[in-house]
Amino acid sequence: MDIGILAQQLFNGLMLGVIYAMIAVGFSLFFGVLDVIKFSHGDVVTVGAFSSLGAAGIAGGLVALPPVLALASGIAAAVAIGALAGVIIGRVLVLPLRHAPGVNVLLATLMAGTVLREAIRLGVPNGGNPKPFPALLPGGAIKAGSFSVGIDSVMILAAGLLLVLGTHLLITRTRFGLAIRAVAQDGEVARLSGIDFHAVVLGTFALGSALAAFAGCMLGLYYREINFNMGVLLGIIGFASAVVGGLGSMLGPIIGGFLFAGVQTLVVVALPISSAYKDVIAFAVIIILIAIFPTGLIAERRSERV
Amino acid sequence: MKFKSGLLLLLALAAPFPSAVLAKDTVKLAFIGPLSGGNSAPGLGGRNSAQLAVQLRNADPAAKYTYELVTFDDECKPNVGIQVATKAASDNSIIAGITHYCSAVGIATVDTYSRFGLPVVVWGAILPEITYGNDYREIHRVNGTMINEGRLAADFLTKQGYKKFVVVHDTTDYGKGQNKYFTEYLKPTGGEIVATFPVSPDQQDFTAELTRIKELKPDLILIGGLTPLGVRLRAQMDRVGVTAQLAGVSGIMTAGFLEGAGAAGEGTISFHNGAPISKYPQGQAFLDAYAKAGFREDPDAYGPFAYSATNLVMDAIEKTGPDRKKMKEVLNGTKGYKALVGEINFDDHRQNIVNANVYVAQDGKWIYWPDSDYAAGKKRLARN
Repeated sequence: MDIGILAQQLFNGLMLGVIYAMIAVGFSLFFGVLDVIKFSHGDVVTVGAFSSLGAAGIAGGLVALPPVLALASGIAAAVAIGALAGVIIGRVLVLPLRHAPGVNVLLATLMAGTVLREAIRLGVPNGGNPKPFPALLPGGAIKAGSFSVGIDSVMILAAGLLLVLGTHLLITRTRFGLAIRAVAQDGEVARLSGIDFHAVVLGTFALGSALAAFAGCMLGLYYREINFNMGVLLGIIGFASAVVGGLGSMLGPIIGGFLFAGVQTLVVVALPISSAYKDVIAFAVIIILIAIFPTGLIAERRSERV
Repeated sequence: MKFKSGLLLLLALAAPFPSAVLAKDTVKLAFIGPLSGGNSAPGLGGRNSAQLAVQLRNADPAAKYTYELVTFDDECKPNVGIQVATKAASDNSIIAGITHYCSAVGIATVDTYSRFGLPVVVWGAILPEITYGNDYREIHRVNGTMINEGRLAADFLTKQGYKKFVVVHDTTDYGKGQNKYFTEYLKPTGGEIVATFPVSPDQQDFTAELTRIKELKPDLILIGGLTPLGVRLRAQMDRVGVTAQLAGVSGIMTAGFLEGAGAAGEGTISFHNGAPISKYPQGQAFLDAYAKAGFREDPDAYGPFAYSATNLVMDAIEKTGPDRKKMKEVLNGTKGYKALVGEINFDDHRQNIVNANVYVAQDGKWIYWPDSDYAAGKKRLARN
């Protein structure tokens, strides 16, 4: 394999990794503050993708705004609606059930995901069909021999990395981040120190869900196609990445996301005839790693919970 | 006493009405297809078309029965398909079924229909084994199979000058079947398959596979899968810089592919065992009636087959009455039946004999190849 193709595969892996990482970080945030698994997270990705498509479509088509503004309105809509979905799910389903067995929250959010998915399928005209996503980023490609990546891909990758870094800084350097970490360490003590427990939990849900919705918008820009059930497998992969990396930590899900994407890409590169098994092999690697590191690669006891 | 006299009065009022108005028995038919999920567009188009056939028949005063379509969603999933097939087949009030768009579901349910003795007519699934892989006299099919489509694909594409092929197929029976028949028919033409990528039908990201394909430099990529797979592959080809021509059989020949792939879909070739609806004598009448009925979704590529299958079933019931066994015998012997999709003739496996046709995506529509700008030389297919 020549170096250009190798570099292109590396880029594919990185791109996939940053998308998985953004979804996985959400799982880790929710688990950090409330010890819950929000299984509708993958479908929030889809909600983000469809919100941005709707807003960008209206801005670009009806109002005829230039692509940059259409993109800005698409991202703003994705983040706002994603955050709102997160707050509603957190307020209506998760907070009232927080003293119930964990499996109840898991089930309730799983069902909420189905509701979101079906609402998109039924509510969007011809919602069962894949939808084209407009190309709102600059065209053109960076070429070097057999290596060729779109400028838009590089922008998406950079935006994803910046956002993950930004989330890390928000958690570690701001008062809100401090409040999240306090609630994650001990909700009762945090309350006693005057932290508004409900606001912090809902803020975390808004943050994680907005991240997922932004990832949905990026997926649309990257693949130029979105569909109503795109979030199902992404949700599972994001969850697996978060678990293997270390549920509750910040760095863990990022490592998990890149690991999962790396294994998937490697399978296609090394064993092209077994392309169909790339998910099987990637999940098998996750199972093996979980068996070796039961609390994740970044073990909770060694890392500060978000 | 008051109640009794009221009842008598009611009976006296009802008596003069002719009893013939009330005497038309209702016969139930099952429609099964993917009504939700990524393949719901052809499923809903098929359901609407079957519904239209029933509506038109019920409006016909010459019909002996009133028909009722009971619809079931198989979600394009074999396990769900078996559940709904069992539900339909075990309901004795259902006399026949118009069944399945997805091949993976179509093949999974044949045993169920045979066991319960429910005669069905397949309206969309193209896996040959559904009719040829068994000898169940309950299973009929009005549309063609991937044998016709695969043979035509291999023949047509090599004649267009394509020599090096890559096949990307899903791992269901449908995708595997397409790979099998295309490969088989490509051998005698001298075409070469340089790589085959079996992929999961739910896979989102194809950049790794496409990067491998870019390295192999094929002339053409054949998709052995349904619309969602086709759309994703097409959308991601440009990103990786793959310039090969794209082709697929009827699984991608849907309005959903054109909508999903957008401008990038231009020039995609497809093979379908139906002729364009406008080429059929009753095609325009069907489209007018469909528009008048006010359905939300398009009939899609297989709607005319669902419509024909429903009429075929209702005509058999008109002849024999609502009796599964008797109407099955009538269906078995279908020869020279004039349907929307042309004449239906069943062979000894109750498979309609159909010729496949070539189509190309042009200006956001699937155009019959001989009528297209590509065939006329005004536009060119992709060449590596």
